[in-house]
Amino acid sequence: MLRYTLKRLVQGVITVWFIATATFIAMHSVPGDPLSNEKAVTAEIRANLEAKYGLDKPPLEQYFIYMGNLVRGDFGISFTQQNREVNDIIREHFPVSATLGILAIVFAGLGGVLWGALTALYRNRLPDFVIMFLVILGISVPSFVVAAISQLSIVNINTLFGISLLPVAGWGTIWHMLVPSLVLGLGTMAYLTRLMRSSMLEIVNADFVRTAKSKGLPATRIFTNHQLRNAILPVITVLGPSIAAITTGGFVVEFVFAIPGLGRYFVQAVQQLDYTVIMGTTVFYGAFLVFMVIVVDLLYGLVDPRVRLE
Amino acid sequence: MNTSDTSGTGNTLDSFSKSAGRQLLVYALMSIAGVAALMVALSWASSLTGGASAGSQLGVDPELNMITLTLREEPPQLNSTLQTDNISGMVIAHLIEGLLRYDHNNQLAPGVAERWESTGMDATFWLRDNALWSDGVLVTAHDFVFAWRTAVDPANASEYAFILFPLENAEEINKGEMPVEALGVTAIDDRTLKVRLARPTAYFEKLMAFSTFFPIREDFYNQTNGRYGADAHELLYNGPFILSRWVHGANLRMEKNPYYWNPDRIKLDVIEFPYITSDQNALVNLFTDKKIAYTTLGAESLETALEKRWHLERFMDGSVFYIEFNFRSHRLTHNYHLRKAMQLAIDPAELVYKVTKIPGYVPAESIFPLWLRGVDDFFRQEYPAQKITPDLEAAKKHLEIAKRELGISEIPPLVMLTGDNPISNIQSEYYQGAFKKNLGLDIKIDKQIFKQRLAKMTSGDFDMVLAGWGPDYDDPLTFGDLFASWNLNNRGRYNNPELDRQVYIAQNEIDPRTRMEAFAEIQRIIIEDVVVLLSYERGLVYVTDPRLKGIVRRQAGADPDFTNAYIVDAAN
Repeated sequence: MLRYTLKRLVQGVITVWFIATATFIAMHSVPGDPLSNEKAVTAEIRANLEAKYGLDKPPLEQYFIYMGNLVRGDFGISFTQQNREVNDIIREHFPVSATLGILAIVFAGLGGVLWGALTALYRNRLPDFVIMFLVILGISVPSFVVAAISQLSIVNINTLFGISLLPVAGWGTIWHMLVPSLVLGLGTMAYLTRLMRSSMLEIVNADFVRTAKSKGLPATRIFTNHQLRNAILPVITVLGPSIAAITTGGFVVEFVFAIPGLGRYFVQAVQQLDYTVIMGTTVFYGAFLVFMVIVVDLLYGLVDPRVRLE
Repeated sequence: MNTSDTSGTGNTLDSFSKSAGRQLLVYALMSIAGVAALMVALSWASSLTGGASAGSQLGVDPELNMITLTLREEPPQLNSTLQTDNISGMVIAHLIEGLLRYDHNNQLAPGVAERWESTGMDATFWLRDNALWSDGVLVTAHDFVFAWRTAVDPANASEYAFILFPLENAEEINKGEMPVEALGVTAIDDRTLKVRLARPTAYFEKLMAFSTFFPIREDFYNQTNGRYGADAHELLYNGPFILSRWVHGANLRMEKNPYYWNPDRIKLDVIEFPYITSDQNALVNLFTDKKIAYTTLGAESLETALEKRWHLERFMDGSVFYIEFNFRSHRLTHNYHLRKAMQLAIDPAELVYKVTKIPGYVPAESIFPLWLRGVDDFFRQEYPAQKITPDLEAAKKHLEIAKRELGISEIPPLVMLTGDNPISNIQSEYYQGAFKKNLGLDIKIDKQIFKQRLAKMTSGDFDMVLAGWGPDYDDPLTFGDLFASWNLNNRGRYNNPELDRQVYIAQNEIDPRTRMEAFAEIQRIIIEDVVVLLSYERGLVYVTDPRLKGIVRRQAGADPDFTNAYIVDAAN
């Protein structure tokens, strides 16, 4: 177990290094100039700006300087917000995105398992049809539409009751978290519901369930220990990649609900060609996701005794 | 095999499914409880990291004498010597005051200076004795000397250093040819500031209200270790408001500055900015929910606004948009007759009223927008631009001459460089269609995102480019010198000694009539020589809570200006 963990961590570091290098090369190959602005500047000012960001050096040297700083955990200063260190941007905004992401994952995971189990129990009956219809909607409607519709609904409900039941946008209290994280987790929840449903249906007639029933075990125990626990394995498998989808897909929800998360920096930096923020957010997200996938794999070993981690 | 498979198709659930369903319900209730606990924990954790606060205030709160607004994006730069964008400019102008300011009628008024005198080549400002920094220390002439020296210091690399070039030696210092101490500004004593100019500058006084000329106190600046303006506590205030909270990317709070020299002018106690978003739907929703007091409206939300019977207001934001030609000699657009043919083949009025259809926009008839002041009246009233009416016959004749002069039988496709946004898309497609239909010209649209478009503009990789210009200061020269051969923003490299001569006159003369006549000449040359194809002057539509009065809009300088705003509670 320990050896396996160490091996995975070393692989993770190599992956992150690869991500950083690939991003660095891609970023410098994109046409355009991070220092350019609507107003032209003189050659002298330009030279000073280049010196400030180290862009006056040859690319290879820039790469080694950057990697050196990266090892020390220094992502540099933002190009567009010249007073802010990328470390600060990540430190201030990642907790917000993480909060939103954790809630969305929890919503998606719990919701997916519960709805999936429910539809399996009520297969081909009304609850199954209704929920599966909603699931198809949830999978196919893009999150920016869901976000916009849910925000409009909040406004209409508030107007109807004449008081602010739920905040329209912003961040700070529990109530600010509720709708955005539901919206963010909705697509994944729908996907997991479908996965859980089919996984449950496979297990309903499995030999060990029949054995358990014929042994006369209580129904609740069969349901929990033999059915749910086995059916949940595929859900955990896709939870890892889902974390990736949710944390990087938070941009739309953050934008619509004016939430100060990291997602908008991640997207805007690319548009603005803000080298340091692009590198910082990409490497950070990359490292984060690699780490999450390792965690999920280890978790898998805990949930399923049949899986041996070697 | 099929012992339990009937559960799905039968009319009643078997006992196993019933008890499993009950168990599931128990799990569901546990999940809800768990999620609730998790949310409480997360909100507690986020309040610890300081990422939280704000977001539930009223748009207009007469009890707290507070208004709530949004920002389109996080202000990128609150260091007044480095700031270049409108959002930072708006924020800074509420926090810091220069020697002079614009009042509620958009007239120049005393700021930190209580009176001033200027002779054309030099100026003297006498500072008031009650203008204080937010730590209670007097604002002195030295604070201006320090700020201006910092702004032109090449090491500071300010993109707006050029705006100080009317000062003696400023340009040389910025090029690194002279030390910053050589700048033509001296503090005679704490309360007297003397300025020497490099050339007579008619609009010099107006510059004093521009943020690059705002004061900075040296000891405070040095103490921030290069982080001046990076945080609320790393900025010193002498304006109507102080920044009492700034959670980056999340929210800002301005409070009335108790040390401001003219407290009676400031009616509001608090301005909150709890939302940073440019999402048009979110803005409309927030306004509908009465959570914000003011918002601009995009074309897509106008229908909603009309349905809700909001009182809409229009405002020309002062910028003008056009198609710039590439005059580099290997480009076909170098040819006058080709440009003239194109000018006669399009109709900006059609573009504005039938294609883009955004309220507030007007067809542009001159590079000088309508709001600019001339001698006594608006410049465009005093010197109307020559009217171009579309004339397809004449256009085709010019096209024939162009082909003959260029020695080609067919004009190859011309590259039109444009930005990647809805308005640019509509516009470039309109022009593409119009040139094809009216002249048989093929246009290749080269759509690029912001930085890539700039790179191509700078390297001259285009025949035509959709461009625009907003004013840097309140004088026609901010538009007038755009196509001077030495101007770096003249990306098409237009070069006309006669236009250069007129720009020189406008820069160096003091007499308003002489200058305005020079601008009229520039206006004529730009139209007659078809330096650009004029498109539109940009406008915007906005809506304000009826209880909020006194917002001042202006084209050059901080906009919108809430320093004079006040709440009338009578509407309640």
